[in-house]
Amino acid sequence: MLLDATLALAYAGAGIGAGLAAIAAALGVGRIGASALESIARQPEATGDIRTNMIIMAAFVEGVALLGVLTCMLIVFK
Amino acid sequence: MNLTTFAVSKNDVSLVKGLKNTLFIGFLVAFTLVFSGLNKALAIDVTTAAAVQTTAVVAAEEATHEASHDATANAAEEKHGEAAHEGAAHEKFNPSEVIKHHVKDAYSWDFFEMDGKAVGFDLPCLVYSPKLGLNCFSYAKIKEHGTEFEGYSIDHLTHKITREDGEKFYDISITKNVVSLLISAFLLLFIFIGVARKYAKNPNSAPSGFQSAIEPLILMIQEDVAKPMLGKKYLKFLPYLLTLFFFIWINNLLGLIPGGANLTGNTSVTAVLAGVTFFCIMAFSNKHYWGHIFAMPGVPKFVLIILTPVEILGIFIKPFALLIRLFANILAGHMIILTVVGLIFITAEMSHGLGWGTAVFSMVFGVFMFSIELLVAFVQAYIFTTLSALFISEAVAEHHHEEAHH
Repeated sequence: MLLDATLALAYAGAGIGAGLAAIAAALGVGRIGASALESIARQPEATGDIRTNMIIMAAFVEGVALLGVLTCMLIVFK
Repeated sequence: MNLTTFAVSKNDVSLVKGLKNTLFIGFLVAFTLVFSGLNKALAIDVTTAAAVQTTAVVAAEEATHEASHDATANAAEEKHGEAAHEGAAHEKFNPSEVIKHHVKDAYSWDFFEMDGKAVGFDLPCLVYSPKLGLNCFSYAKIKEHGTEFEGYSIDHLTHKITREDGEKFYDISITKNVVSLLISAFLLLFIFIGVARKYAKNPNSAPSGFQSAIEPLILMIQEDVAKPMLGKKYLKFLPYLLTLFFFIWINNLLGLIPGGANLTGNTSVTAVLAGVTFFCIMAFSNKHYWGHIFAMPGVPKFVLIILTPVEILGIFIKPFALLIRLFANILAGHMIILTVVGLIFITAEMSHGLGWGTAVFSMVFGVFMFSIELLVAFVQAYIFTTLSALFISEAVAEHHHEEAHH
């Protein structure tokens, strides 16, 4: 079954886009996680506060990445 | 939050009040959703035509669809039969079709498939048309291809109720998601009326029974989310935050049960939740909040030209991000699990041995994903609640450091 060229390009674009979003989110969340762990190691008594803030920050990063992924999903499914 | 030395104080009387309000707001959310018909108007239909399959089959179906409009009914029926037959011959197992069926809202609640027929409940369809009035009928009446009830039939491409004559109508059917929502609403009521009663009856004793399971969570939202974010005003918003948390969490968990509906992975549901948060921000915002949006203190005039539009956009982006975050997380979780399970059937079509081999891998990875999803269900409910509290706190915060800007 031959897909037409524009559709194939759209699929490729969606795949690459989702991948880029994943890379960006991984970089962001990785940095947040790394520094949060470092802070917890330095100051174990502040674990609770740091964890809460870490989750919030990770959620912000993730939100943007999910927007990217959603756009890619719309390309494929629509 | 120290649970072992938890002493019930005057806070907990207000906690009881809070819980009552919680239930009220929960009901409000549930019924707004049911009656708004939002699940039709707002649906970003990610999965519509998820038929990423052979385009030809879709094209053939579309062609038949169009043909049925102008050609005679008999010819169209015949043609469609051919197309369907061709489709069946080419695609054996279509993963995207299965995933689409699982994550989408539907007029029937199907549990599994037997001899090519879905086993489950057909739910009532409710349609209102300004001209024809309210119509209520079972989905079973219009399920089969070619059947119709008072002019209403199912569009088998979009799986939505349509009318051939183009009469305008509103679809307020009790769909799978609405049923799931009602179940979770009653579950929440059942759990929390019992717990609230216990607090009202003996406010100064240690928790007992199911109360012990719920109390740490209530305290977590109160101590870790509401108090640090909202400060003195936390009691005003605690009921809403508790509602959000328990509503989202219980629906996430119900969605994970095999056969459950994908409720929180539906844009309409998350849109209503984010909308209520947006309403809270707008209703309780003070002049400092608007001051910081239109004229950020301590910022030069020429920077304000760029900053103010960005801040205004931010008002709407915040709830929109809430909407997308919850929806995408839950939808993605469901899709990953279904893909992992679907892998078995894809490989089994190549060879039986490969299918069995993949089954082992899929089951192990599936269980792993399920455990992750249990965590995600909790974390997403927590994040939604925390961010709502954060956004509300920005709107209601009193600024005592105004002088510092001058």
